[in-house]
Amino acid sequence: MRAFQILIDGFAISALYALGATGFTLIFGVSGVLNLSHGAIMVAAAVAAWAAASILGVGTYAGALIGVAVALLTAFATYFAVVKPIQDSRRIPNEEKEIFVLTGTLLWGIMIQELIAYFFTNNAKTVLPIVEGVVEILGVRTPKNEIFTAIVCCLVIALLWLLVNRTRTGKAVLAASMNPRGVTLLGLELTNIYIVVWAIYGILAGIAGVLLGMFLGVSSYSVGPLTASAFSIVVLGGLGSVSGSLIAAFVVGYLETLTAYLVSPAYRTIPALLLLVFVMYIRPQGLLGRR
Amino acid sequence: MNKALSGALRIALGAAATGAVMAASGAALAADPIRIGVIAEAQAIAGASIPQAAQLAADEINAKGGVDGRKIEIIGYDNHSSSADSVRAFQRAVNEDKVNAVIASYISEVVLALEPWASRLKTPFVTPGAASNEISKSVHADYEKNKYTFHGYLTSAALALSVCDAAKDLLVDRMHMKSAVIMSEDAAWTKPLDVGYEECLPKIGLKVLDHIRFSPDTTDFTPIFNKIEGAKPDVIITGISHVGVQPTVQWKNQQVPIPMFGISSQATNETFGKDTNQAAEGVLYQGVSGPGVAVTPKSVPFAENFKKKYGNFPSYAGYTAYDEVYYIADAVKRAGSTDADKLVDALEKTDWEGTIGRVQFYGKDDPFTHSIKYGKGLITGLMLQWQDGKQIAVWPKDVAKVDVKFPSFIKLSN
Repeated sequence: MRAFQILIDGFAISALYALGATGFTLIFGVSGVLNLSHGAIMVAAAVAAWAAASILGVGTYAGALIGVAVALLTAFATYFAVVKPIQDSRRIPNEEKEIFVLTGTLLWGIMIQELIAYFFTNNAKTVLPIVEGVVEILGVRTPKNEIFTAIVCCLVIALLWLLVNRTRTGKAVLAASMNPRGVTLLGLELTNIYIVVWAIYGILAGIAGVLLGMFLGVSSYSVGPLTASAFSIVVLGGLGSVSGSLIAAFVVGYLETLTAYLVSPAYRTIPALLLLVFVMYIRPQGLLGRR
Repeated sequence: MNKALSGALRIALGAAATGAVMAASGAALAADPIRIGVIAEAQAIAGASIPQAAQLAADEINAKGGVDGRKIEIIGYDNHSSSADSVRAFQRAVNEDKVNAVIASYISEVVLALEPWASRLKTPFVTPGAASNEISKSVHADYEKNKYTFHGYLTSAALALSVCDAAKDLLVDRMHMKSAVIMSEDAAWTKPLDVGYEECLPKIGLKVLDHIRFSPDTTDFTPIFNKIEGAKPDVIITGISHVGVQPTVQWKNQQVPIPMFGISSQATNETFGKDTNQAAEGVLYQGVSGPGVAVTPKSVPFAENFKKKYGNFPSYAGYTAYDEVYYIADAVKRAGSTDADKLVDALEKTDWEGTIGRVQFYGKDDPFTHSIKYGKGLITGLMLQWQDGKQIAVWPKDVAKVDVKFPSFIKLSN
């Protein structure tokens, strides 16, 4: 009974982590950007979905769409207002650009966090679930919303796989992650590829944010922990490796759930962080890292 | 810039500055305002009502001519729920903005950090919402030093009593419940609260089956509810303030069949309904006052005026903050001065009918010195329930309008 409970709860949370981390690792793989405003974009999506549904009263579906749209816009704003100016700058030496991008996106994330706290308070918000009610699975009373979350996450990840491996745009993205210079030599505009990647990222982060808002709820305080969790999953899986991130998301998700059920909810995140440190010792490139 | 010009400029600036100073002191002679610093969690659901309610009280007092012709001026500081920010705000309030008294915070950790500063800077300080017993115990332990601090809200010990009193009538006598699990967040204010719960619950006939303390940054409450359900209690007795929205929503989404009853600070604010998408339905929470509840003749008009001005009914700390501005003004009037020591003397003699009941402070020899007195005819607290999206009093009998009722997923064992 308890084993099933852990299996079911762990799956939903892992799938959500996977979705959140996929976009994060994709951006890094293709453009070398570690986007530390990741958590802020997810929270912005969830709060926008909440505000649209609860304050403006547009309904759950429209609310969720607005949430994803806000994440997409915020992702573009992150790229055009923060990342691109740093990448294009002639005054910042190339070898320092990575650190500038890290600092820039971190500050950008804090700005978004403070804006959300200012306009919507730092209290947790929860997005009204698209499906309500519970069902019994193997004797475990499971909210339908939890199943919905898991299904949407898996579907979106499958779509992403199709997009990357089966479409022309996707192949260009894949090529850019392998050899950016080669892509430009083939006559493809690298900036256009980056825009596509940021758009994919925005949608993924938006869906993950809205689902998280429905499943657990988010507040402006969630910004830091969300970025940190995506970051550690991606590092554990191997920076830039999408499949590594997927595996790592499930490892972290289940490890956390096991700890919460079998040890104490208070120590939930500790074993996963210890595992991260351990993996860094024996395999610094992460589980499926390329370097 | 040439020398002559810079000299002329300096003279001009000097003259302007002197003029400004003269104008300021001239105004001071006419009617020096009573300045009250309000340091609060303006971005948090329970704290947001504090500066709003204080301003409302000040506006009302000023509209009636102030205190002996002196206006009340509220100077607000957002502390972002941080002790460090609060201490800086307190120093600035006293040293630069020259406040006569400070109203601050609903978080015990913040209030405990400010208490020594009230002593050092000799500034009367009242908290509208923190609960830890330590606040008033420190006043008792070193009265001469800490007498500047007043606890304008119930201590955790009194809160536990209030919850148990209500639980006896509602849960034990009426619904024949027999067992409970305590679920509280790990924070300074819940330590004495839990001690109080552990002591009084068995006395009223509720056996404590388990006691779960969780970190305030918990986001997934599934394992906690799962553990509670495993213990099969009749009721969950809560002690939550930093968290509120997430456990409430997950309680509903997971259809945990056990009612929640106790302290839930966020649930006291009307905005909680929207924040939880009405998942609060059926939640029972302790309050000192509430919308539509005539604890005193002042309660309902205050709540209505607050809603008219700010769009929602206040949190519990709004009621206390509103009363505090009034009894600080009253103390200034009785003391005939804003001198800190005279003000402390006058505050100790407070006997003020506010929105939460009759406010009096325990004296030097009581263990909870400068905390508001709990008891019949003073402040007893209420039990309210979220019903059909509204906060409705269900206890005590004289103010209760309706019976307790629960959403359909709650399965009462009797």
